[in-house]
Amino acid sequence: MRQQPVLEVRGIRKEFPGVVALDGVDFRLFPGEVHALMGENGAGKSTLIKVLTGVHPADGGEVVLAGQRVRIAGPLQAQQAGISTVYQEVNLCPNLSVAENIFIGREPRRLGLIDWAEMRRRATELVCTLELDIDVSAPLDSYSIAVQQLVAIVRAVDVSAKVLILDEPTSSLDRDEVRQLFTVMRRLRDQGVAILFVSHFLDQIYEICDRMTVLRNGRLEGEYLTSELNQVELVSRMIGSELAGLDQLAGGKRRERSAPATDRAFLEAEGLARQGSVEPYDLAIRSGEVVGLAGLLGSGRTEAARLLFGADHKDRGTVRINGTETDLRSPRDAIAHGIAFCSENRKTEGLVGELTVRENIVLALQAARGWARPLSRTAQDKLALRWIGALDIRPGNPEALVRNLSGGNQQKVLLARWLITDPKLLILDEPTRGIDVGAKAEIQKLVADLAEKGMAVLFISAELEEVLRLSHRVGVLRDRRMVAQLRNDGELTPERVLATIASGAEQ
Amino acid sequence: MTTAPTTPGARAVTRYRLFWPAAVLAVLLLANLAFTPDFFAVHLKDGHLYGSTIDILHFGAPLILVSLGMTLVIATGGIDLSVGSTVAIAGALACLHISEAADPASLGTVLGAVGIALGTAVLLGLANGVLVARVGVQPIIATLILMVAGRGVAQLITDGQIITITSEPYKLIGGGYWLAMPFAILLSGLVALLTALLTRSTALGLLLESVGGNPVASRLVGIRAMRLVGLVYVFSALCAALAGLMVSSNVSAADGNNAGLWIELDAILAVVIGGTSLNGGRFSIGGTVLGALIIQTLSTTVYTIGIPPETTLVFKAFVVITVCLIQSPNFRAKLARRGAGRRAGVRPSPATTTNREVGA
Repeated sequence: MRQQPVLEVRGIRKEFPGVVALDGVDFRLFPGEVHALMGENGAGKSTLIKVLTGVHPADGGEVVLAGQRVRIAGPLQAQQAGISTVYQEVNLCPNLSVAENIFIGREPRRLGLIDWAEMRRRATELVCTLELDIDVSAPLDSYSIAVQQLVAIVRAVDVSAKVLILDEPTSSLDRDEVRQLFTVMRRLRDQGVAILFVSHFLDQIYEICDRMTVLRNGRLEGEYLTSELNQVELVSRMIGSELAGLDQLAGGKRRERSAPATDRAFLEAEGLARQGSVEPYDLAIRSGEVVGLAGLLGSGRTEAARLLFGADHKDRGTVRINGTETDLRSPRDAIAHGIAFCSENRKTEGLVGELTVRENIVLALQAARGWARPLSRTAQDKLALRWIGALDIRPGNPEALVRNLSGGNQQKVLLARWLITDPKLLILDEPTRGIDVGAKAEIQKLVADLAEKGMAVLFISAELEEVLRLSHRVGVLRDRRMVAQLRNDGELTPERVLATIASGAEQ
Repeated sequence: MTTAPTTPGARAVTRYRLFWPAAVLAVLLLANLAFTPDFFAVHLKDGHLYGSTIDILHFGAPLILVSLGMTLVIATGGIDLSVGSTVAIAGALACLHISEAADPASLGTVLGAVGIALGTAVLLGLANGVLVARVGVQPIIATLILMVAGRGVAQLITDGQIITITSEPYKLIGGGYWLAMPFAILLSGLVALLTALLTRSTALGLLLESVGGNPVASRLVGIRAMRLVGLVYVFSALCAALAGLMVSSNVSAADGNNAGLWIELDAILAVVIGGTSLNGGRFSIGGTVLGALIIQTLSTTVYTIGIPPETTLVFKAFVVITVCLIQSPNFRAKLARRGAGRRAGVRPSPATTTNREVGA
């Protein structure tokens, strides 16, 4: 490509208190291309987008738009400069008509009044250029999310047509809707629009994108032509290979994984599925066994686990617990069968921030007992203090409000809450995310010890090293499908898991 | 270990939570003393206690009852606008039953009337609870239905008239005396005590606070939120019905139009003044009782210090705004900072600042 890039970013730097989110990142976007921005969670993708759209001002570096250095001071300036963004959740007004949504804030006027006929005419024109067949005077919410997204794109392109940023537009779309979106994207690309595309679905990236920029830990990993970088290489560039680091922290070698004593499964899932969240999968977990789930963000790891806990309702498939078929209709059912679930979203789905550490710890046990059989205050204090001691929760004050604790300590409170219920199966979704290395190693050791004592554990983590260190078996997910279950027999390497994630088949 | 210092620490916090409502109440009462020197005097006449403070408790009893139910509803993150209508319906049903009975003064008739009123309240509460917890209607809308419709139902029951009754046993509930005290005070005190016991010596309080504080997490922890939330609306309706019996008994009449009119707003205010957040979560029964007493004292104060009737509402609004501001830690911090700036070197004392504000 000999062209001048329409958007060029050089040495951009962005710091948040305590974190460097972007560190000297370069990025180019040419007219008439679809460009993927790749990276794992926390790599700096969203920060970069927010810098480009003026949500966050950059701390350093420069942005060059169509050959001119610009300072993007806010979303409005970004839009005026020609950068439009369509986010994952549609930012339109569902109760207004399609035409109103396209022209909101810049309605065609005549004599100071809105010229409705003109607005409808122009909206129809715009919609037709993208070969969308919709009635522009119908309310937006009479159309599917996919069409709403396309309307958002129509609006974005009409407002300013140079650069279009699509942030995870496909995450709630089905296959046909994705195809429709891609058709529109190709058409815009051919018209010379530069499109920045963010998606967690590798297949989609390879289908639509011409080039990609990979970020890792806030740094530029590289810029590649899609045709020159295969999926395995891409995934390993996204995740990186920092194998040595944590192993040493956890005390040298990877833990010796002795096979679990029992051969009977505690829980067996067969063809378990939920429309739009995870395709049918089979999974068996024995007592004393740690089963890991690996996969990229959005691959269906969490969704698979939520079905086992009854947090989401399954559409299909069966669950057998100790050989008996069981319908887990709610978390309460699952808890009654000895299943515990630590959500990856500690704040929103785990802890009750305004309650104390003690109250949060006893909550699950108390809920199981019902309100009429309260744990005495003495019993609560004893439990709380015992687990504060056992897990080294700091501050060691059971009456501290849980929202004032650090992430690692909050995670421990959550663990304590479930451990006092003495579960048979413990589901841990990203239990070590966002917590410091020391706490991380402690939690890993705890998981291994619990399994040794006979607890079944389902361990979900984005860090392959961690999954491999703890698990007897690893289920690999990709694009909401369980593509393989690998035995962790000592020969399983992160590279092999990566290859499985990338190729979608056992390697 | 660390147990020893933590428990008193926690107690200090709860004490702190009730400190500001208690302080405001004290200031209001003292302000009355300035205008009425014998404000705190209590006489025993014919075996009954009389006095301004007794009056405040007596007239405040229905509001305390309604506020108790409201507290639990608000703790779950909801709100119950229908309590005023429930007050009217309960009073109307009881008075209708008594007025139509062969012997209005018999204990059986009165117990029947009470039973009908409370039974109906359970149904009304269930209707609210089902709408909110099962159907998923927003609480403000769900209870607005009964707020509007219930007023009409009450008027249908009374046929648009005011039903007057003469029934000595019924009169006891709102206007009678027992052990020298107005029975209404004892009844509302008993319900407050039972509510506190029910929530704090069982796990009900914790589970309610959890549901109000984080509904998603509460579901994942296995709390039967639907049932709890439904129950809370039934409790609120029961409290309102008791208040309705009290109001109608005190005047020996049922007025479908005016009984309990706007009491839901006073109750919400009492709950908020008592330190329970409208966002749900932490609640305080003691705080609510104090809040209800503050509002009642305010009404009394308006009369004792001779505020002209046309400015009554403005005066009330002013005091309520002040009370809410004083309770806000942010506002107190700001005030303390400014005070410190003005009187450089003098340590700002929140207490004196408070007094100045209320006295103003």
